[in-house]
Amino acid sequence: MELSIRNVRKDFGATPALHEVSLDIRSGELIALLGPSGSGKTTLLRLIAGLEAPSAGTVFFGEDDASRRSVQERQVGFVFQHYALFRHMTVLENIGFGLSVRPRAQRPARAEIRRRAEELLDLVQLSGLGQRYPAQLSGGQRQRVALARALAIEPRVLLLDEPFGALDAQVRKDLRRWLREIHDRTGHTTVFVTHDQEEALELADRVVVMSQGRIEQVGTPDEVYDRPAVPFVHRFIGESSQVPVRIADGQLWLDDRALGLPASGSGEAVLFFRPHQVEVLSGCGGCLAGTVTGSRRLAGTRRLELELGGGRHRVEIDVPIEHPAATRSQISFRPRTWRVYPAAGDGSAATAATPAPEPEQTAIAPLALYSIR
Amino acid sequence: MADVAPFPRRLTRASATSESPLARALLIALALAFLSVVLLLPLLAVFSEALRNGVAAWAAALIEPDALAAVRLTLIVAAFAVPLNLVFGVVAAWAIGKFEFKGKAFLITLIDLPFSVSPVISGLVYVLLFGSGSLLGPFLKSHGIEVLFAVPGIVLATVFVTFPFVARELIPLMQEQGTADEEAALSLGASGWQTFWHVTLPNIRWGLLYGVLLCNARAMGEFGAVSVVSGHIRGLTNTMPLHIEILYNEYNFAAAFAVASLLAALALVTLVLKTAIELRYAGQMAAVRGH
Repeated sequence: MELSIRNVRKDFGATPALHEVSLDIRSGELIALLGPSGSGKTTLLRLIAGLEAPSAGTVFFGEDDASRRSVQERQVGFVFQHYALFRHMTVLENIGFGLSVRPRAQRPARAEIRRRAEELLDLVQLSGLGQRYPAQLSGGQRQRVALARALAIEPRVLLLDEPFGALDAQVRKDLRRWLREIHDRTGHTTVFVTHDQEEALELADRVVVMSQGRIEQVGTPDEVYDRPAVPFVHRFIGESSQVPVRIADGQLWLDDRALGLPASGSGEAVLFFRPHQVEVLSGCGGCLAGTVTGSRRLAGTRRLELELGGGRHRVEIDVPIEHPAATRSQISFRPRTWRVYPAAGDGSAATAATPAPEPEQTAIAPLALYSIR
Repeated sequence: MADVAPFPRRLTRASATSESPLARALLIALALAFLSVVLLLPLLAVFSEALRNGVAAWAAALIEPDALAAVRLTLIVAAFAVPLNLVFGVVAAWAIGKFEFKGKAFLITLIDLPFSVSPVISGLVYVLLFGSGSLLGPFLKSHGIEVLFAVPGIVLATVFVTFPFVARELIPLMQEQGTADEEAALSLGASGWQTFWHVTLPNIRWGLLYGVLLCNARAMGEFGAVSVVSGHIRGLTNTMPLHIEILYNEYNFAAAFAVASLLAALALVTLVLKTAIELRYAGQMAAVRGH
């Protein structure tokens, strides 16, 4: 079932929770809505489900205008962050609930409901726990029951609201892999909300990055990580260092120092790079140079905090554990991969830019993308 | 503190929040003494006073026609007031616990009004509303409906006074439970009624039962408001508490305490019922709360 969200807006009182959002989801896709809290991702999910009514815009399930339908008629499987299992029903009764409340004409026989529930219990690998009450299950088990219950009604789409948000790290990782398997087996079009970028990148076919009620970028995990469309996405996904720079004479400048990074256009801009995508240089004519103000061990690498230039811009870079640079007080380096965006509020750089034609990106294209190896 | 307690002794405590055995014994004794003086002794006094002249006199006071009429009226009033407040209480708690709307805080205050206002005033309100000087009273009277100094007035006053019990019990419960369960049921295709019947109601059933029992106890025991609207017509508009007062004022102590013992027994039965239910369904209640 494809989903098409067209110009959907949602206001809560006077505050807009979602500004004119459009999004197309292909049949069978696993989509992550990723964003910080308050970005509108849960609101968008609830609008798709019909738990909220949009202030404007429409939601299509295939050719069917779902915004005209009630939540019951939409036939969506919705999984809640805190499970929302019916506490007075056994696991099997929970799973069978959606079937047992159907109108008499469409309701399967009691034995059939039970058989379906048992089948789903097997699917979520909880066979034998059917007679338990939700309170007698662990968090991870409860979420599996919640998913089985959502699957029982043969949903047209599966919607999950921070499904692993209330679970601890290890269980979360297991369930992530397990959800991917279930998705591949059942083939439901699935949309899940998360604020955990790792979860979104690992699990989703495509990631929808949201901020302040807007969609900032839609793309595969590779696209949003390697080619963030806007500074927000660069900052939000993965780790980022940023330095305000100037474009002149076909390259980037920090104060009066040329950085040896080519760029087109002119004017104020912001350089973004990832701490692990840098190479340390032993002195240079064109590079970034800074004073080491801090150093800490980070799993397999050492992370250095630097202050750059007269503005003492703080950036972070990773160096190998044994690298001699870790003990120096001055370090020169150059990003291997970087992105340049026009400085906020400065239109001149943007107009001078040569936007790279990149499909999938909905927001302003960045000034330049270079990679030297 | 000149004498410092020897260090190892402090270590004998089971946990940081537990007290020494002496302090514990003292606190428990204090609580028991207070309970005995304030609760247990008066209750025993009622029963001993009721049986002072023997079981025969006790029984005679109870099967006397006016007493029987008072018992019947009390039960009738409770039979109206409790179901009405069951429905109103659930509806009010549902609205407050599950929806956001303007004036919600005001509505909560309004629900508390019967608790904060003296029962006598609650009764007087109905006298003002339905009395001969009011607009409604003469109109209803001309259509043959007596409210004041009749059963409808007593029921109304009792409903007013006992309104908060069920609502108050359910509001915090429903607010805490939120709307996720209902949303889950709706997304699974359940209708509004099915959701209420299969999801909301089971979630609140213990709180509801508790509220109903308290509401019932108060409905049978209400004195002030009922006293104002009843008119004290023997055998007609006297509930048990009013009947007891009349007997008492006539220095008919034995009969007064006999009826009082029956009223107290009704309250005790209510409490025993509640405890029995709690014991019977302890596991289930824990499961519901602990989720």
